[in-house]
Amino acid sequence: MKFGILVSEGPYTHQASDSAYQFTKAALEKGHEIFRVFFYHDGVNNATRLTTPPQDDRNIVNRWSKLAEQYNLDMVVCVAAAQRRGIVDEGEAKRNGKDATNLAPGFRISGLGQLIEAGIQSDRMVTFGD
Amino acid sequence: MSGDIKKFMMVNRKAPYGTIYALESLEVVLIAAAFEQDVSLAFLDDGVYQLKKGHQTKGIEVKGFEKTYGALEDYDVEKLYVDQESLTARGLTAEDLCVPVEVMSRAELGKLMEEQDVLLSF
Repeated sequence: MKFGILVSEGPYTHQASDSAYQFTKAALEKGHEIFRVFFYHDGVNNATRLTTPPQDDRNIVNRWSKLAEQYNLDMVVCVAAAQRRGIVDEGEAKRNGKDATNLAPGFRISGLGQLIEAGIQSDRMVTFGD
Repeated sequence: MSGDIKKFMMVNRKAPYGTIYALESLEVVLIAAAFEQDVSLAFLDDGVYQLKKGHQTKGIEVKGFEKTYGALEDYDVEKLYVDQESLTARGLTAEDLCVPVEVMSRAELGKLMEEQDVLLSF
């Protein structure tokens, strides 16, 4: 089956991101297709590479990046939600005159149309949120 | 499921202010409409407050967006469903709302949800 995934909550504060990761990983391991993982609301905070959890804890951001690399996963961060919350890639930094970037590997910033497209293209759209 | 048009329902469960969900949900609605999808909105629980007339946000220094609900019909988004029980529990009726809606029972709303291709809950 082809799944679209929506992650609506940030890492560590909320279970949603962990559950989304575990679901996505399990689906991929079972041979399902993940059309896209879309990060919205505080979910965009899953995409900052500056995250530094204690060493004995899971690194939620790196875990997503690794999964993306392993499965060539498309992970999209909503541009408007990212701008509000300071998630920045090089293009956004240039456009908005920011002096730094923090987007983690495997993520890309794009528009909400990518969420709608995921809804259209996937057999099931699964939301992980509050 | 095939074709390029799907039935999208945005389920709004939270009060308009206090969290950003309602505002960012509206952004999804407008984009889905721009993609010419079959879009409807459901309002239940505290989500019914999103449609209550007379948002006053000056005191909390947050931009109000009551007007956006009125503009939805310009985007051909005209299917707004409101849960009767949620209204009643909050002492509200359809007359308290800023746009025309269809008020229905929880069972009817559930049936509508079953007919959707994509449910996005905010």
